[in-house]
Amino acid sequence: MSTNLANLLYLIPIAAFILALRFLSNPAHARRGNQIGAVGMLVAIVVTWIKIGTTSWWAIAVAMLIGGAFGAVAARRVKMTAMPQMVALFNGVGGGAAALIALAEVHRILPEPGAPKVDISVAIALSALIGAISFSGSMVAFAKLQELIGGRPITYPGQQFVNAGVFLIAVASGVALVSGVQHEWLLWVLVGSALLFGVLFVLPIGGADMPVVISLLNAFTGLAVAASGFELENNVLIVAGMLVGASGTLLTLLMGRAMNRSIANVLFGAFGQVTESAAAVAAGDGGSVRSATADDVAVMLAYAQKVVFVPGYGLAVAQAQHDVRQLADLLEAKGVEVSYAIHPVAGRMPGHMNVLLAEANVPYPQLKEMDEANPEFSRTDVALVVGANDVVNPDARNNQGSPIYGMPILNVDQSQAVVVLKRSMNPGFAGIENPLFYNPKTVMLFGDAKESIDKLIEDVKGL
Amino acid sequence: MSHNTLLVFELTILVLAIFLGFEVISKVPTLLHTPLMSGTNAIHGIVVVGAMVVLGAPHKDTFDWIVGFVAVVLGSANVVGGFVVTDRMLEMFKRREPPKEADASRDGQTDA
Repeated sequence: MSTNLANLLYLIPIAAFILALRFLSNPAHARRGNQIGAVGMLVAIVVTWIKIGTTSWWAIAVAMLIGGAFGAVAARRVKMTAMPQMVALFNGVGGGAAALIALAEVHRILPEPGAPKVDISVAIALSALIGAISFSGSMVAFAKLQELIGGRPITYPGQQFVNAGVFLIAVASGVALVSGVQHEWLLWVLVGSALLFGVLFVLPIGGADMPVVISLLNAFTGLAVAASGFELENNVLIVAGMLVGASGTLLTLLMGRAMNRSIANVLFGAFGQVTESAAAVAAGDGGSVRSATADDVAVMLAYAQKVVFVPGYGLAVAQAQHDVRQLADLLEAKGVEVSYAIHPVAGRMPGHMNVLLAEANVPYPQLKEMDEANPEFSRTDVALVVGANDVVNPDARNNQGSPIYGMPILNVDQSQAVVVLKRSMNPGFAGIENPLFYNPKTVMLFGDAKESIDKLIEDVKGL
Repeated sequence: MSHNTLLVFELTILVLAIFLGFEVISKVPTLLHTPLMSGTNAIHGIVVVGAMVVLGAPHKDTFDWIVGFVAVVLGSANVVGGFVVTDRMLEMFKRREPPKEADASRDGQTDA
């Protein structure tokens, strides 16, 4: 097959990918979009296969079988609560593939005199750099989310300088390659330091900032793939990679905005450090915490007109989404109006809570975004906070000294009563005190979220 | 096409893809941000095409071959895993499941 014909046929996957994204604008036909995307991918693979001809076709087949089988099994087995780490993993392998392509290309072309052209070597350096960062960064994100390593920020003195130094080494070897120093080891240095940088740059980022990191790494892999497209002069890689790059960038910005923090602050701010002063400010407030029993809360819920569930990462940890749905069904049967208020950065990836609740068969029209949910709280009888903390912290509105001051939050404190399901009074992930817990409107129901909800279900049934 | 003409052409489609990407993605509701991430994840699995080209090209030595082989493995894991996970997620987004339709007197229950 000629390159021209192949490029012409590559228009099919390009159109399919754009349609796949376009169809995601509405949950009713999003799934069909994904299927169209998959068919497009199949066309791209078949066209490429025919174009390559018979050279090492069996090696390609074996490699695809191994990778495909791994991907299929992992994707089928994973629980919905483990979705963030699965996305991180698949993101990482894509970045890794882009970096490997750069290595192979350099190994193949370097000894030729006069080669390669400047733009090709720029593309090679970029895809190796970004791909390697994305690979190792995603693997660290995976390890954090899978709790193979601690989710808390890991910091040490001089961290920024070490990171900057490692990054500079990577960039310097890239520049050297582009300017015509033709040594293969330069690319190895580049890839090695980029891998190290990926690890160092994700390590200090705390679990609550994971939505930003995951979407940023997603953008990185897209950009690395687009760079591979320039390297191999392949249109479909350029377009598809750049679509993903644009998407990931936009999502990253949205996540940053939802936390009222610049991306630089998330990436380099090492969030854990600001907490001591903030804790001191909040401790002055005093006030007492009211704790309630499940019976009390069940009565509140059952005789309410409108109940809003506010899920957070604690819901995912306790895997309580099905129980929440059961409770909501019971309440609806009693004539209570039920909805769910979802903060954009609740959980560990963009939209994490929506997926969990969808898994529990919550109809998606009941899932309200922040802008839609906030005006509703003033006419809500009970806001039931399940494992959320920072996203309902009124300090974000009121306390200028708070590290999360300015972050848009769900205004649960405007409802008639607030019930907070929480393991204990330990401050949340970021270690920030939450005055919501001391609000006279608030009652706390201590214990594992899943067990508490199950108790509530029993008690509501008994009423 | 000369090399430079090709480069300019490639840069053109790159810039168009950036704008198209922003345009299309800004219409995705926050409800579907996880499937969006996972779906775009699957799309960047297109890197497998590049990996196939590398593995299929006449290789210089074993090193070249091994790197290409691993790249194809990673790329196809990316493609298959990405699409399957996204499909599993999107399958779950429903307006209201069928058995509930009888007791729900709300609008829009056509698409369960």
